[in-house]
Amino acid sequence: MATAWFIFLALMIAVYAVLDGFDLGVGALHRILARTDAERDEAAATIGPIWDGNEVWLIAGGGVLFLAFPKAYAAAFSGLYFGLIIVLWLLVGRGLGLELRRQIDNPLWRIACDTVFWLSSAALALTFGVALGNVVRGVPLGPDGYFHLPLFAILNWYALLIGIFGLVVLSAHGARFLAWRASGGLADRAGRWARRLWWGELVLTVGLVWPTHTVRAEMFTSFQDHPWRLIFPALTLVALGAAYLSDRAGAWVGAFGASSVFIAGLLATAAAGLYPSVLPAREDHPFGLTVHNAASSDHALRVALFWWPVGIALAIVYFTLAYRLFLRPTRDDEPRTVSGV
Amino acid sequence: MDRLQFTLTVTFHYLFPILTMGLALFLAWMKTVSYLGNEGRRLRPFRKTPAERDAYDGAAHFWAKVFGVNFAVGVVTGVPLEFQFGTNWASFSNYSGGVIGQTLALEGVFAFFAESVFLGLFLAGRGRVGPRLHWISALMVFVGSWVSGFFIIATNAWMQHPVAYALEGGRAQLDSLWGLLTNPWLPWQYFHNMSGAAVTGAFVLAALGAFYTLSERHVEFARICLRVGVVGALIFTTLQIFPTGDEHARRVARYQPSSFAAAEGLFQTSKGAPLVIIGNPDTERRRLESTLEMPHFLSFLTSRRWNDTIRGLDSIPTNRWPDSVPLVYYAYHIMVGLGTILFVVALLGALLLRRGRLFRSRPMLWALMLACPFTYIANIAGWTVAETARQPWVVFNLMRTHAGASPARAVPAGTGIFTLLGFTGLYLLVGLLYVLLILRLVARGPD
Repeated sequence: MATAWFIFLALMIAVYAVLDGFDLGVGALHRILARTDAERDEAAATIGPIWDGNEVWLIAGGGVLFLAFPKAYAAAFSGLYFGLIIVLWLLVGRGLGLELRRQIDNPLWRIACDTVFWLSSAALALTFGVALGNVVRGVPLGPDGYFHLPLFAILNWYALLIGIFGLVVLSAHGARFLAWRASGGLADRAGRWARRLWWGELVLTVGLVWPTHTVRAEMFTSFQDHPWRLIFPALTLVALGAAYLSDRAGAWVGAFGASSVFIAGLLATAAAGLYPSVLPAREDHPFGLTVHNAASSDHALRVALFWWPVGIALAIVYFTLAYRLFLRPTRDDEPRTVSGV
Repeated sequence: MDRLQFTLTVTFHYLFPILTMGLALFLAWMKTVSYLGNEGRRLRPFRKTPAERDAYDGAAHFWAKVFGVNFAVGVVTGVPLEFQFGTNWASFSNYSGGVIGQTLALEGVFAFFAESVFLGLFLAGRGRVGPRLHWISALMVFVGSWVSGFFIIATNAWMQHPVAYALEGGRAQLDSLWGLLTNPWLPWQYFHNMSGAAVTGAFVLAALGAFYTLSERHVEFARICLRVGVVGALIFTTLQIFPTGDEHARRVARYQPSSFAAAEGLFQTSKGAPLVIIGNPDTERRRLESTLEMPHFLSFLTSRRWNDTIRGLDSIPTNRWPDSVPLVYYAYHIMVGLGTILFVVALLGALLLRRGRLFRSRPMLWALMLACPFTYIANIAGWTVAETARQPWVVFNLMRTHAGASPARAVPAGTGIFTLLGFTGLYLLVGLLYVLLILRLVARGPD
């Protein structure tokens, strides 16, 4: 039962990373790619009405973690205290920057908002990578099920590498989205950046294998013990190849799809390698949290299995509806800015 | 420190959902009138000419902008809360996650998705979606925000009156989801809270209508706001007192006698207890000073019998008293007092509206406008009662608040102070921006 919830949790995180990933990526490249005021409007409008819905997947994912593995939730969030609080502040800043940019009609105000939006999006992409890096590396859990990592221990070398990887991958994801959804010079520039960032994705994907092996060799033994799980890294590599081909061909819908699969594949690989750990401990700490010792009672998990799929099915219906309306090709005479308020 | 930080963030956050939930109701109402109304309808509120329907739609359009700003701030200040359970209240989360994880996750999948997606559709406007979908979006935003409120109150109700759990290995584990959602504490707290939000929504509508009428701008729009606002205010201030306030107070008396006694300032257990209208609690001498009371009324209100015995604070060991009896007492009396005043204002407004004199009565318009901020105070005072009366418990009679905070090993005290200051600064900025944006919307007015 706990295993099922481990899969749901991984699924939620993957959906979040794919969906909010592209609007974070658009944000991280915002002031680099969009040169003029009109282009910045256009870039913001591509994610205008949907970024908020995408972010709900993070909240819902946090809800699943709390529901299914309260012990891991309590340990991770209190131990990575500063990391978490910084994420929260960045989320506030980014949301306000994006939503308020059109509220006051003054070029300086817009530049200020855009800069906040740009930098906090980039910082968020980095921080999510850092968080994942810390989970993969493991944390110094004590026998009471808690740990404390000061800020600069959260930003350790391995986590920072994964953070940079996160920034590169989400930026490339956002660039492909912009190349698909934007027009003119903005789309061209986004396409060029997508092709360039692809090399970063390749180098880091390959280059991170060895560091990951040094911090968590169990990941590799788990693939040896269960060879079928190799399907996830294989899928990831295929998607990376597909992204290369579609980037070259300028087939941006395909490129965006490939990079979505790539992101989901990376996270699935991490999850498959970590299972049964939810929050592993570092080498010298034997108190890791697994699906067995961190889960809620069997009854709670079984009950939730009745309503949770219903809720998610409804969410999928809503999102399909919203995306179909939103992705409908816009006519040129229509105002492009439909951003939130 | 954790408490201070959570108090700050949750109180600041809640200022926005009050209006989100209240306004969502009236937005859905205006859209429904505009979508379903026509001249042949039997129900009077729906008997509208095409021009009136357009006016309602226009009014909904303006309020949607206010709603959008309010919702955005509500979301950015609300996201931290779910994570603060983990960062600042790790022990509490670990202890109760097996139970309240259900309601919080239910809120995520059943409320937030609907709310955010349909708000996006609603704000995108009728230009991009058809009139029917636009109307449905307004309804779904309303349903989403009220469902969200339900699961949050369900979570709070469990902390106030824990049910449907078993203790396993020092952690509370759910043993019946049905039991959790049918907690006897839950329904009246929910209705009381939601009707409180609707009171704020109604008074905000009426206040802006009054403001525009007094300054002789956007007269047509102002009348719709006044009409909907005043009628809504009358309905919901009435519901606020009876039955929701009355029933909820009786649940508190039954399940949390300590909180009830503190709120009513009842130090001695007494037969035929009086209802205190005015008085200062003196915790040291354990009595009320300079009181004005209505004899036997408290017994009657609580049990419908004039001479029933009501438990006072003396029947409860001091270490289970609320941390600050005066705080509970004053917050409760502020809430009740304001509730009564707001009811009178709404009643007078509705009478004048019925006689057709509301739009010309300057004193009444001023009263409606000035009453608006007090609805916020009443709502916040109500939550102050709920949360401080439960102290020293975070989960009533199960877990003490200090035991629920994150262990000092994981979150040293200094970090709490640092992030508290950070949140204070950030929220100050957010609050200023919010006021600025709302004032600009008001200055621009409906198009």
